[in-house]
Parts: sequence; C-alpha cells; structure tokens
Amino acid sequence: MAVQKAVTISDLHFAYPSQTEAEPLRIFDGLDLAIDEGSFVAVLGHNGCGKSTLAKHLNAILLPEGGSVHVFGMDTKDEDLLLDIRRTVGMVFQNPDNQMVANVVEEDVAFAPENLGVPSGEIRRRVDDALKAVGMYDYRKHAPHLLSGGQKQRVAIAGVIAMQPRCIVLDEPTAMLDPQGREEVMRTVERLNREKGITVVLITHHMTEAIRADRVIVMDRGKILTDGTPKQVFPQVELLKSAGLSVPATTQLIYALNEAGCALPPDALTTEECAQALYAMLKA
Amino acid sequence: MSAIIEVKDLCHTYSAGTPFEHVAVDHISFSVEKGEFLGLIGHTGSGKSTLIQHLNGLLQPTGGDILLGGESIWKDKQTTRAARFRAGLVFQYPEYQLFEETVFKDIAFGPKNMGLSEAEIRERVLRAIGFVGLDEAVLEKSPFDLSGGQKRRVAIAGVIAMEPEIIIFDEPTAGLDPAGCASLLENIRAYQKATQATVLMVSHSMDDVAVLADRLLVLNHGRVEMLGTPNEVFQNATRLTEIGLAVPQITALFLRLQELGIPVDPATYTVSDAMRQLLLLKGGKADA
Amino acid sequence: MLKDITLGQYFPGDTVIHRLDPRTKLLMVIVYIVALFLCKWFVSYGVALAFLATVIILSKIRLKALFKGLKPLLIIILFTAVLNIFYTDGTVLVEFWIFRITREGLINAFFLVLRIMLLVMGTFLMTYTTSPIALTDGLESLLSPLKKLRFPVHELAMMMSIALRFIPTLIEETDKIISAQKARGADFETGNIFRRAKALIPILVPLFVSAFRRADELATAMECRCYHGGKGRTKLKQLRYRRRDVLSLLLGAVLLGGIITLRHFGL
Repeated sequence: MAVQKAVTISDLHFAYPSQTEAEPLRIFDGLDLAIDEGSFVAVLGHNGCGKSTLAKHLNAILLPEGGSVHVFGMDTKDEDLLLDIRRTVGMVFQNPDNQMVANVVEEDVAFAPENLGVPSGEIRRRVDDALKAVGMYDYRKHAPHLLSGGQKQRVAIAGVIAMQPRCIVLDEPTAMLDPQGREEVMRTVERLNREKGITVVLITHHMTEAIRADRVIVMDRGKILTDGTPKQVFPQVELLKSAGLSVPATTQLIYALNEAGCALPPDALTTEECAQALYAMLKA
Repeated sequence: MSAIIEVKDLCHTYSAGTPFEHVAVDHISFSVEKGEFLGLIGHTGSGKSTLIQHLNGLLQPTGGDILLGGESIWKDKQTTRAARFRAGLVFQYPEYQLFEETVFKDIAFGPKNMGLSEAEIRERVLRAIGFVGLDEAVLEKSPFDLSGGQKRRVAIAGVIAMEPEIIIFDEPTAGLDPAGCASLLENIRAYQKATQATVLMVSHSMDDVAVLADRLLVLNHGRVEMLGTPNEVFQNATRLTEIGLAVPQITALFLRLQELGIPVDPATYTVSDAMRQLLLLKGGKADA
Repeated sequence: MLKDITLGQYFPGDTVIHRLDPRTKLLMVIVYIVALFLCKWFVSYGVALAFLATVIILSKIRLKALFKGLKPLLIIILFTAVLNIFYTDGTVLVEFWIFRITREGLINAFFLVLRIMLLVMGTFLMTYTTSPIALTDGLESLLSPLKKLRFPVHELAMMMSIALRFIPTLIEETDKIISAQKARGADFETGNIFRRAKALIPILVPLFVSAFRRADELATAMECRCYHGGKGRTKLKQLRYRRRDVLSLLLGAVLLGGIITLRHFGL
C-alpha cells in the first residue's frame, strides 16, 4: 500500500546571502528527502548543519533556489497555496516567549483560526480541543508570562493544533526548557503523533529525544549523513561523534563493552533494553 | 583547607507581606572550600537562582548571612561592592548582556569598573579570551557579528577578566549543541585547574555536573536536600528521582540492574566506571 | 524591583460594570467626560458625582484603589488649584502683600479640583473593570469606520495587543540585564546625571538588541500561523451589544441631556 508523502524534497538548493563576504552562505546543494504521512521523524545535527533552514522550507517561510519542496502534494513555490501550506504544516520554534501574540492563553491559541477566518463558534471549539490535547485547558484564562517554559511551549503547540494541521515541525522545541518541561513537550508531541496521526518532524540535538522517533535523520553540512530507525542509526557511534553529536551514555557503554570483546546487541537504546542486554550477558 | 564561602541560615522571601509572598530560599546553610568545584542541582523554582544571586551581594538576604573569606559581605558598603568582584556571576544566557562595540571593550567592562589600569585591563582581557578558547582576532570584532556559541564565550570571558576568587555559572551550556557543550565544559575545567578558582555550577544535566564537581548540592523547595560527593549523592538515586530530578543515565541503568539482582554499585555515573564494574562481574563469572 | 510595578491595572470581577461591552464603557467614558466639562454649578457637579458613585458601588472597586490612582496627580491638582485661587478676579475675601483671594477664585479652584478628580476616577474605573485585551478589541471595533479612510485600525489594535503581551516579558528581561551588569560591577546609583545616563547604555543596548530579535522571531511565528493582515479575520470573542449596554447608553444620554439642561439654567 502506498503511504502518502507528507514531504517530498527533490534536489533542493539554497544559500543565504552573506552580509560580510561576497560569497553567499551555501546551505543545500542538492538535498533529497521524503517523509511519510503519519511518521515521527527526528532531524539531528550540530548547530549550523542546516536543520533549521530545512524546517523553514517545509512551510514556505523560505523558498528553494533550485529543486522543489512539496508538502502533501502542494508545491511551496505556488503563492496561491501559501495559506493552505502554512495551515497544513504548523511550526513551533525554540523560544516559546517569542511566538505568543496575545496576553491570554486562549486568545493566543485562537490567533491562527482567527487569521484563517474561521467562524467564532468553530474557533471556540478548536481552541478548547487544542488546549485539551496539550493538557493546558485549565490554564486557558492565564497570562502566558506567568507559565513555566514547558507550559508555554505546550500552549505554542496548541496554537498550531488549532489550525488542524496534518504535519507539525518543531525546531528545537526543548532547547530552552528544564528536564521536566522537556518531558512534558515530548509526551505531548508523541501523543499528537500516535492519537491524531499528525506527522511530526522534530529538530533537536538531544539524542534521548531522537530515540523516541520512528526515524532519525542525521545531517551534517547540508547533507544527510545517515537515515534510518533509531536502532539503525545510534549504534554508529563513531559516525555520530564525527558529526559533532554526543551519544547517550548507555549506547556509549554498550559500544565500549563490545570494543572490549563483549557481544551485546548494539541497538539496545533505552535504559530498559540496555539493562536487559547486560542482565542476559551476566547471567549467561 | 578553609571555607571561602559560608552560607549561614540564609532565607529569602520575595514580596514579603503581600499576597504574592513567596519563600524562595528557606534556611540554607553550607560552606564551600577554597578551590572546590561545587555542582548545584534542583528543578526550576527550587531556589538555585535566588541562592546564587546572594553570593555576590546582588540580593540582600531577608534572613541569615553570607560570609566570603570569613567576613560578612553586608558588613559595610565597600565590602558589599567588593563582593561583586570576589564572586563573579555568569548568568544564564549571558550573551544577551553584551553591549559594547568591540569584544575587547565588552570583556574590559568588568575590569574597568574595578578601576584597574589600562595595561592591567589589556592583560586580563587577553588572558580571559584564552581561557574561553577564542582567538585574539575576535577582540576587534563587534560582539553582535559572532555566532551564538562565540557570544556566550565572550560573555563568560567578561566575568573571568575580573579574576574573581569564586566563579558561579548558571547553566553555562543551556541551548548549546552537544559539541559546544562539551568544549565549553572542558574550558571551564581547564580554567579551574589553571587558576585554582572556586567554581559553582548550576546545571540541569546530572551527567555533566557529576563528572566535573567535587561535591553536589541538591536543592528542593528552597532547602538543602542533599550535600556530598557525587558518589554519596547518587547513593540516594531513588530519592533524587522522587523529587523530580533526573539521575545520570548510567546511574539509572545501574539502579535497574540492581533491581534485576546484579550486584552493581548504583552510585556509578561514568561510562568508564561502569565498564570496569561490568567487566569485573563478567570476568568473575568466567573464572567461576 | 521593576517586576512589582502593576500594569494594566485590571481588577478582574464579575459585576454588571465588568460585563458591559468594552465599546459601551469607552462611549460612556466619553459621554461622561463631555458632561463633566459642561458642568457649571453645584447641582450639575452633584449629578456627575452621584453618577460616578453609583458606578463605583456597582463595580465593587474599592475607593482606596481609586484614590491610589489619583496620588501621582496630586501635585498637578494642587498647583492648578493654587493658581486658580490667586488669579481669579471677583469679590475679595482676603488680601495680603501681592496676594488676593477672591470668592470666585475659591469656587473655581474647588470646581477644578472636583472636575479633575471625577475625570481621573471615571477613566480609571473603566481600566479597572475592563481587561486590556477587551479594551483593544473595543477600540478596534469603535474605530472600524475609519478603515474606509485607510486608517490602519487593525494594525494599531494588533500593535497594542502585542505591546501588552510583551511588556511583562521585557520588564523581566530588563531586570535580568540590570542584575547581569551589576554582577560586572556596573554602578547605577552614584555620580551626576551625565554619568548616570551613561550607565544606562549597558542596559539599553542589550534590551534593544533583544527586542529586535524578539520582534523578528515573532514576525516569523505569526506568518507561520497564517497571519496576513486584518483582511478576512474573525474573532474568538465577538463583541455584541446586549440589553444592559443599550440601557447604559440610554442612561449616558440622559446624563448628558440632564447636565446640558442644568447648564442652561445656570445650575
């Protein structure tokens, strides 16, 4: 059965005009990528590897110089489709403070449907549903600046959900949060993916978050370095390190033990899998 | 060894007497030895930020006292002002406080406020820029033209240039990518080795502080929950998870192994330690 | 610290006054101000005072809060009162050196103080009982006929609501920057005016840089949420005039008419 593609990027070329030097800053030189609808994809890479630039191509904030980007069959270069593209692919950014417009939570969540000209009654329903989906319904009358980082970021996600998108792109949504806030956001994102079938593209440099995705794409200098399930990607410890990424301590341990002659499954990623693998080895 | 910082029964209540009254720091006492590396851990709202702003006199205690080198920093106005320079504080996201036209001038801001001579300032700026791993070529650039990671290093150099006896970092690696984190932490470690400064570091990442710190101070609801070497603190790993703190990944793994009946030490937190123990266990099995 | 400054001065509540449409409240304040300026003598001031008193009682806003709002204006009020006492011609009551106090002067001063107080308390009452966001919506709706004249009504309202949203954030940020610069030994408390002004640079530059960065990120985030100006926009909460609004506006008309009539009779 053919799964519909949420994103199809073919031969993408892009460069930022440089302010100081004559040479523009090349980001992509022929990037190809396809993302299935309903999947949960993590994009990893160090700062400046092009992951944020990639994100901005997915809802026509940036347009390709060469090649094409299609989301759910819509060409991002087609200006007539602009609003349709943006409502279909929602975007959440790193700093929750800088993406909230209104000083009441529910008004903020209503912002996108208001822009789309949705009738009032329908907006009310969408706002309530979106806030319930991220577990922030009880805070609907609060002022955003009094919320914790994790709560703000969940409100930002609700603001995107209210557009009823088919795909959400999150650009380092947890970078400014404490561990508790990170977990809140990750659980919310996972639930949206599983229960509502929304395609999720999570840009991050936390390996522990990427492990939770169905598919991991590692980027380096505008190219895809490796692409596969977490179990295929994470055991490639040397490759990840060369891309400026750190590997979870448990994966490092297994890697080191295997180097020392043990025969552990290199794809034991979670603490539990790792513990079971070690248990099996020691009891054998 | 003598205590360089003594925190005595410190209390801080915000907006006392109003409906917004909030006790952020609740009778905290501890001391830090000269040259020690102390890791400060606690979830958001545990009082970490309030506590560290007392150490250089930015906040005045509503109860208790802070002693630097055996002397209360609130003794008189001069002592309070001197505390700013004795205990250098690097705030979270310090790059947002850069303001000068050139990197040099920005780093020189602190030393200038100390009233040092031009020659002395120049020397200190050069030393500081070396400690944070930046090239002298950036000194004449505008700080706003640098990358995020470089800006952070310039801001840190601005505090290092005051050459404080104590330096306090509030989440120095927040928002950096893994490579940036690792190299900045390495710079901090090297700085401490070279200068013998006392370092306090607030962090959410147990994995980071566990390997760097001599001792860990765990705060919970404005009180001291635990204080001891990483090994001592992680003996109580279950308590840490109870109060909502993540334990290092290796510790979590070893806790689980212990549950499964494998005789490992759950206070283990580095990959190399873990490996040694596991290989020993495996070897023991093989011999038997 | 800066954080303690209360902003927007809104006291949430659920009284009739709170529930009135913001447009009604805005219109009523205008009517009330016009009426105040038409007041001539004790009787009309008495009517205005009675009106204000009724609204205060209905809104359950404490008098203390209202008087607190008057405090910063005290000097201006006293100053104008004194000027009026000494510089109005008429029946002389007391005379010494170059000063002369007249009966008319005293009465004028009394009315002036009363008028300013009534005016300030009336407008404060509106801001105390209306959330800033409702006020913005009300203004946008009231001014919407100006859209035909190409007056950027929607943009103005959007700017106001974004400003309201970011003021607390920027205040918090200012606090942080001040602390950070103090930690580097910046001194904001000593020296002459020139030195103090110069000491503000380390605060203002980072603040502006950060405000621009925020504005830039916010603009992108708004675009991502399909913002494309005011065209075709709908609202979560639609403003609707209800019976109480019609009644209030009628009452406003009666007040204005009454005061005009009283003025006609010199009362």
